[in-house]
Amino acid sequence: MHAPSQPRAEADPCIVRIRGLHHALGGRAIFAGLDVDIRRGAITAVMGPSGTGKTTLLRLITGQLLPDRGEVLVDGTSVSDLDRRGLYALRRRIGMLFQNGALLTDLDVYENVAFPLREHTRLPERLIGPIVLTKLQAVGLRGAARLMPSELSGGMARRVALARAIVMDPEILIYDEPFVGLDPISLGVVLRLIRELNDALGITSIVVSHDVREITAVADSAYLLSGGRVAAAGPPDELARSEAQDIRQFMLGLPDGPVAFHYPAPDYAGQLFGERLS
Amino acid sequence: MRVVEELWDRLNESLLTLGRYAIFTGRLISETPRSLLRFRLVVEQVHNAGALSLVIIMLSGLFVGMVLGLQGFDLLERFGSEESLGTAAALGLVKELGPVVTALLFAGRAGTALASELGLMRATDQLAAMEMMAVDPVRRVVMPRFLGGVLAMPLLAAIFSMVGIFGAQLVGVQLMGVDPGQFWSQMRGAVEHQDIMEGVIKSCVFGVACSAIAVYEGYHSMPTAEGVGRATTRTVVISSVVVLLLDYMLTAVML
Repeated sequence: MHAPSQPRAEADPCIVRIRGLHHALGGRAIFAGLDVDIRRGAITAVMGPSGTGKTTLLRLITGQLLPDRGEVLVDGTSVSDLDRRGLYALRRRIGMLFQNGALLTDLDVYENVAFPLREHTRLPERLIGPIVLTKLQAVGLRGAARLMPSELSGGMARRVALARAIVMDPEILIYDEPFVGLDPISLGVVLRLIRELNDALGITSIVVSHDVREITAVADSAYLLSGGRVAAAGPPDELARSEAQDIRQFMLGLPDGPVAFHYPAPDYAGQLFGERLS
Repeated sequence: MRVVEELWDRLNESLLTLGRYAIFTGRLISETPRSLLRFRLVVEQVHNAGALSLVIIMLSGLFVGMVLGLQGFDLLERFGSEESLGTAAALGLVKELGPVVTALLFAGRAGTALASELGLMRATDQLAAMEMMAVDPVRRVVMPRFLGGVLAMPLLAAIFSMVGIFGAQLVGVQLMGVDPGQFWSQMRGAVEHQDIMEGVIKSCVFGVACSAIAVYEGYHSMPTAEGVGRATTRTVVISSVVVLLLDYMLTAVML
């Protein structure tokens, strides 16, 4: 486990606090009384099987969705109470890495990274240039500045998106499934970047993933979500040693267990030899 | 009873969609002054919606004008007034065919391009990423495209009419032997400023309608391949019907 960066002395040790969160999507309850604390300066992993609402949780933290009940506090401010202007002010303090990078396809790499600076500041080009190149250097893609997103591999696109996410020097950096579809080399690069950026910039990182091995290697603490609640929380290596069945199934990747392999269905033999499929 | 309920639900849904359209278009219009300040973005979109549609507009204009020349000559010859061909072609193109056919072609070329581009941006999280960067996608992405379409439409309609008149002249004068002096002088005498304004007003209204429909459908499309396809199809269908409906209403008001 890595030691998190030193938190500011006067600040709340938790930069995100979620209390009694209830949220439903399309009539299906995603969260039923979720409580989560994200420590300032640490890398916190949010894990769980597909469909447990990990990405929904990120959208709730960033105000893209509003909770049905409960509270999401970011640095002491309730996200639900913010108007559009307040939300935008909050989001300027948050960087987010989308699963597919979400680069703007009509802009080249340089312009993608410069995009937030051009939209939010009136910095002259002679200042924007060095900032963009510094961020691209940090992710190892300074040489790809003039490539278009369509010319990048999946791993490169995600690194460019990471450079864009840190260009405004955010306080919180959110990663949505950063390891999906990466080759081993890109995976190693992204893992190293998450750790280095967190420590070098003194930011808080929230990583949503179901890649247990990767996430346990980099996170300081982890939450395992299941059934709309926190099934387990703590340092990743402690979760890995847990004897609880649902935690073991997830951490060891067992195909059957509390989370059943089979989707609920009527009797197999009956359906094969008589009943009509409903 | 169930049929009535279904009809009621559909009516409700249609009214809701109409309301959403009205609110969205209202927002587009209210954002216009601020967005015009970002002139470079708008000019880029005038290029995308306008300049890239030029070939299809000019080709269509030429053929429509040539057909108008043939049909007009055949009709006018029966009354012995084929020298009025220039007037008939110019009035038909400037007041009616220019704005309407341009709008229908615009919906098919630029409108679908706008809708699918915005739909794909939604499907690939580009719009969500902008929201997360505290950049309003309506201001940054939708507005320049809307204004680009609005500004391009009257220019395209003017070019369509101009090329159409050339096409009518090509057939009427060069092929059918109408006197060129009569062709041009009658046109100059009969086409008034008000006729041209009628065409300009129509193409401006069609520009607002077609662009608003395209950006609405693209921006609100489902983030899937099927959703983008559906948004593109709806753009063409709704734009075509709305253009023809508006054309009748505007003609009735201005005649």
